[in-house]
Amino acid sequence: MKYAVEVRDARRIFRTRAGMLAEERLVRAVDGVSFALPAGQVLGIVGESGCGKSTLARMILGLLPAGEGEILVDGRSLVTLDRRERARLIQPVFQDPFSSLNPRRRVRDIVALPLAAQGNIPGAQQRDRVMEMLARVGISSEMADRLPAQLSGGQRQRVAIARALVLHPRIVVCDEPTSALDVSVQAQILNLLAELRRDLQLTYLFISHNLAVVEHIATEVAVMYLGRFVEQAPVDALFRDPRHPYTRALLASVLTPEPDKGIPDVGLGDTYPDPANIPPGCRFHPRCPVAVDRCRTEAPDNLTSHGRLTECLLAGTASRT
Amino acid sequence: MTPVLEVSNLRVTFGTNIAAVRGVSLTVNRGETHCLVGESGCGKSVTALAIMGLLSRTARHSADIMRFHDHDLTRLSERGMARLRGDRMAMIFQEPMTSLNPAYTIGSQMAEVFERHRRVSRASALDRAAELLQRVGITAPGMRLKQYPHQLSGGLRQRVMISMALMCEPELLIADEPTTALDVTVQAQILRLLQNLQQELGLSLLLITHDLGIVARMADRVSVMYAGDIVESASANALFTAPTHPYTRGLLRCIPVPGLLRRDAPLGSIPGVVPRIASDFIGCAFRDRCTHAMPECARDVSRQRVAADHDYLCRLSPDWTRAEAA
Repeated sequence: MKYAVEVRDARRIFRTRAGMLAEERLVRAVDGVSFALPAGQVLGIVGESGCGKSTLARMILGLLPAGEGEILVDGRSLVTLDRRERARLIQPVFQDPFSSLNPRRRVRDIVALPLAAQGNIPGAQQRDRVMEMLARVGISSEMADRLPAQLSGGQRQRVAIARALVLHPRIVVCDEPTSALDVSVQAQILNLLAELRRDLQLTYLFISHNLAVVEHIATEVAVMYLGRFVEQAPVDALFRDPRHPYTRALLASVLTPEPDKGIPDVGLGDTYPDPANIPPGCRFHPRCPVAVDRCRTEAPDNLTSHGRLTECLLAGTASRT
Repeated sequence: MTPVLEVSNLRVTFGTNIAAVRGVSLTVNRGETHCLVGESGCGKSVTALAIMGLLSRTARHSADIMRFHDHDLTRLSERGMARLRGDRMAMIFQEPMTSLNPAYTIGSQMAEVFERHRRVSRASALDRAAELLQRVGITAPGMRLKQYPHQLSGGLRQRVMISMALMCEPELLIADEPTTALDVTVQAQILRLLQNLQQELGLSLLLITHDLGIVARMADRVSVMYAGDIVESASANALFTAPTHPYTRGLLRCIPVPGLLRRDAPLGSIPGVVPRIASDFIGCAFRDRCTHAMPECARDVSRQRVAADHDYLCRLSPDWTRAEAA
């Protein structure tokens, strides 16, 4: 079967140094991620800051030099694609539309750039496709002549979406696309993304720290912790029956607008994860409320239970894949 | 109930023609959490800064009443204000990295507040600081006091900010988006901490946030702000069970709630964007985005009551929501 995105044991290590004489630290941002995403699906990736979700996104977009492992986009290895081919297959929408749009270019030129960069699309056709795509995302033709600074945050994110879609890619990587927006605008953008996926048969990789947003838009959810997917399941199963203690803690911390419920005790303690210092055994054990002795030494990598990836030694009848 | 903070008809303008706050009135009672909720640019942070006397020089403000206990804040000199600030009223900000000084240790920054207001020695101020760090759940406070802000994680920095604000046992704590920069699990920990401290110390809390989830879980009372004015004010229970202003109702429909909403159904959304309001603006500021707008919304709108402690700023009658539900 051909998948829209297939990732096999992807790893990315950054070397950092706090000062000239300081010891070099190895940051394992992505530490063995594998998944296969069928076309037309939405994989939501959730996790806290520093868990490696944005690094993974940039690897899949080809924005970082290849690390270890293999990434296939639309069935073809990412390293064999040149920039133009890649751009026709996969496109990004980033978090902050204030910094991802060139402040000196007009909206129409920003959206035309991916077409122009292809090098073989006539100008008249470029203009038509730009205006068509802008109309599709709800940007009027008067706004096409404005600069990004003359638009609101929501309008800017619409422009960023138009730019991502103007080449008709198969896959869109959305990295926190609504985090910088107000709730009333966030809902508009989420509705637009859902509508575009339906109409244009897109596949999304949707990265967010907001679980409520992911629950709303994703079909499949992966929970990332210190560089690995510690749990992955279809969205209903994950939210109805979370198996990993970290997933349970994340779900417990979602503050829904229900005034009779208080602030939950997520029971995670005060140790914070550090990707430069990944604990031995289960990487979650220092924060885990149910850890036992063997969690300190035995790594639960690639464990599945009942056909679902759950990297926890204690999750039901665990078996290795 | 004793009001700790009372504000009536607060107005703040920037430059010649930008009205950031347009007649805000609110009361925070002793031991109560009052949430001020709204989207970016609605004036909620400016309201907080005005109360703390921290507005920039380019801002002009006026108020009919701005009282903290028996201090009339509208008449207080800068010196008098400085005596209250950090002592009896304190504030924590959203981004602890920018509000802590990177060049000084945690200990010296925490001790400074106490030395200034209580005229004590550095050693006893540091003791007090260590005690408070412990209080907010920081282990090995002695070591933390010697560290610099960049050596701490975001969650720890926000705990430091909270303990710093509590150094002099203030009666009023204003927290402006205290958990927005933090991860969800840490957010829950910090909010629990604030709630516990509040109960133990009898603290009054004015909590500013854009997150209706936080409001629901923390607030006793809620004021919803839009374009510089409070459009609805009620107890938390009343606001979430019987929201009356079209803006409040729209906002509540915008948030996805796991388990409660059908996934393929679109989220409710409010069309358009938050307007920029000039000083001479008249009428309802929400009218351009409101599905119930009528020509008379361009004229002055008066505040109406749903119940004794539940009011809203809209021409629609209190029972209009029943027609919408039907």
